[in-house]
Amino acid sequence: MLVPLGFVVWITIQTGWSASIDLLVRPRVGELLLNTVLLIGIAVPLAVALGVALGWLTERTDLPGRRWWSLLAVAPLAVPAFVHSYAWVGAVPSLHGLFAAVLVSVLAYFPFVYLPTSAALRRLDPALEDVAASLGERPARVFVRVVLPQLRLPIWGGALLIGLHLLAEYGLFALVRFDTFTTAIFDRFQSAFNAPAATMMAGVLAVCCLGMLVVESATRGSARYARLGPGSARQAPVARLGAAGSAVALALVVAVAAVSLGVPLATLLRWVALGGAKVWQQHEIVPALMQTMGLAAAGAVLTTCAAIPMAWLSVRAPSRLSRILEGSNYVAGAMPGIVVALALVTVTIRIAPPLYQTLATVLLAYLLLFLPRALISLRASIAQAPPELEKVAQSLGRAPLRALFEITMRLAAPGAAAGAALVFLAVTNELTATLLLAPTGTYTLATRFWSLTSEIDYVAAAPFAVIMVALSLPLTWVLYRQSRRTAGR
Amino acid sequence: MSDLQLRSVAKHYGAVRAVVDVTLAVAAGSRTAIVGPSGSGKTTLLRLIAGFEAPDAGEIVLGGATLADGAGAMVSAHRRRIGYVPQDGALFPHLTVAANVGFGVAGPAPERARRVDELAELVGLDRRMLGSWPHELSGGQQQRVALARALAQQPRLMLLDEPFSALDAGLRTATRKATAQLVTAAGVTAVLVTHDQAEALSFADQIAVMRDGRLAQVGRPMDLYLRPRDEDTATFLGDAVIVSALLERGWAECHLGRIAVDDTERRGAARIMLRPEQLQVAEAPAGAPERGTGVVTDVDFTGHACLLTLQVGGADALAAPGETPAPLMVRTTAQGALPVGARVRVTVTGPAHVLGSLA
Repeated sequence: MLVPLGFVVWITIQTGWSASIDLLVRPRVGELLLNTVLLIGIAVPLAVALGVALGWLTERTDLPGRRWWSLLAVAPLAVPAFVHSYAWVGAVPSLHGLFAAVLVSVLAYFPFVYLPTSAALRRLDPALEDVAASLGERPARVFVRVVLPQLRLPIWGGALLIGLHLLAEYGLFALVRFDTFTTAIFDRFQSAFNAPAATMMAGVLAVCCLGMLVVESATRGSARYARLGPGSARQAPVARLGAAGSAVALALVVAVAAVSLGVPLATLLRWVALGGAKVWQQHEIVPALMQTMGLAAAGAVLTTCAAIPMAWLSVRAPSRLSRILEGSNYVAGAMPGIVVALALVTVTIRIAPPLYQTLATVLLAYLLLFLPRALISLRASIAQAPPELEKVAQSLGRAPLRALFEITMRLAAPGAAAGAALVFLAVTNELTATLLLAPTGTYTLATRFWSLTSEIDYVAAAPFAVIMVALSLPLTWVLYRQSRRTAGR
Repeated sequence: MSDLQLRSVAKHYGAVRAVVDVTLAVAAGSRTAIVGPSGSGKTTLLRLIAGFEAPDAGEIVLGGATLADGAGAMVSAHRRRIGYVPQDGALFPHLTVAANVGFGVAGPAPERARRVDELAELVGLDRRMLGSWPHELSGGQQQRVALARALAQQPRLMLLDEPFSALDAGLRTATRKATAQLVTAAGVTAVLVTHDQAEALSFADQIAVMRDGRLAQVGRPMDLYLRPRDEDTATFLGDAVIVSALLERGWAECHLGRIAVDDTERRGAARIMLRPEQLQVAEAPAGAPERGTGVVTDVDFTGHACLLTLQVGGADALAAPGETPAPLMVRTTAQGALPVGARVRVTVTGPAHVLGSLA
């Protein structure tokens, strides 16, 4: 788990202090840093504003058809970010640079804020708002003083997630020709294999990620936002938009749906129509699908199995060690795929050369990158299985390990399955680490799509994108259902 | 049928001493209740017997075989054949009622089904319920299933961890009675842990009162209720009237008058205890002596009973000058209720218990 973190420190020591400084203090690095800061500084606040606005409109107003708009606000998640980018470049070929990067980032990632925010809005105790109103606050002020502060956790969480994705994403920015650390590292790695410059930049990128984690946890606060007192909350009141308000709100949601879903779907459909039946007969489609399924299934099984002992320890025997172990997983999971991939390349070449460019290394990268996804849902479902049941099973003659598997793991199975599905999907849409680590001859949907897109063969790439979206749809639906259910409806 | 012996058992968590030097013998086939306020260590003691925890010191012996000694030898929980029924029943939510009951039964399926049927009948479960899921049962039915499941493996000892506390009052009494009968009929030694003294008194042949990790007193329910060793045990097991008195040849002089006590040997100052049901009140005739006469200061009517608060006068020779004796609580029927301000005469039936003497 500590491989990517150790890698950063180790590289710095290896390269030597002065050499590191030379490699880092260069106009190119400054330029990339500026790009990164601009991208995050503009795209994250925009995505938060959009996510919160849509959350409020779909949860707290009488917007016509709000259940549908709510589903449509989650749906962009089903389209991988680099497919969003591909669609926009296909629709508007001149699109490039910071503007394009911000536009596509916001459209691809705003659901990360929308999902938790709308769920939180549904859970908020309306009594607090009633009290604020009774204390003489106007509705707008109530929203700013009472509602918005309570949305702090979901907004912060969503913003962090978007920030980490922006740092890690390769395909999206490569297509709109916007340079970030990740694209620069990738190019350097491809052109000059394992250049120290690439690894040093990976170090900077890792530090950026760590910095974001630190800033987030330092500013998140420890306040309790759950409802105090017994009983359950009333349903929240619905604000009346009025005719003019409804028109403006509808215009907004229609516009968002049009650009975040309409453009990708229309472009995809156009390429597919242009290609006709012929593009579906490419002989690469079936092997790529099979390989993707195989890799994703292996990754999901491996990651879930690795998550079992860790989740069990952190629930049943919490100790400082298990907390540190768990924490380092989340940090490793927050690392961009390219950093993890570079770390594994370096480690396998120096320590275990036979493992270089093997399936084992790819799977290890998936494990490091996606373990938190498996861990979170497994941990929650193990926590819901009462420890007393395991004890009862023991008193009825089951050995401890058997009691664990027969009772607790059986009860946690839905959580494990959900975690495995999340990992499966993540692997299906993973591009960067797979490109760098996969043995020659490995083609997944994502890498095949990527190589065709790089050859500007947008038509041939379209079927791969369509399959990826189709595979992502069920899970997006599950995510949407889950966010409704946590709200108890 | 096995007897359980605990010898100087101790368990601590960090600096917290949960169980301190507990020695207890439970006769084969008997029912023992361990009773104490929450945090007294009674659940820890139960978990030590079950084998979910290992004692730091002392020995746990069941039917002559040592289950655990402080030195580290330990039979694990799944090899002890000790039935365990936790507070909420803890039925396996992913198994049907029949599968729950049959969980601990080894052997081929037909035999298991026969045993499950037998047990369902034993605990009074409708056969049709065997196919249902735990969440479809009421609280009382869930407890019966949990009991049947624990009985299914023919345990050598049955541990009940407050199994009735989640049930409502009427069901609690009925389930408690049924459980007591069941374990006795099955010939299983039973240990019940509870914080409810009425439950303990009614369930068990032997009561062990636990306080701060130690056993304060062990004995038959009636003995403990009437002759507790100290004030804490006295008040824990029920309402008690405790007064200072001067003892002399089996009699006590106190502000209630001259009262017979159960200790004819002790002399001098002592604390004596009366249960409220030993006190009766009646309107005081004119000219009654001041000792043993009081004024009603409060009446608390709760339907089946009426609790009178009395301020009993009488210059008590033992009370420090200026000290007013603590108010006296007396239970009467609604018909015997008297208005606030009424002067009443208090009489005592049966001997008072001298605290600090051996039960």
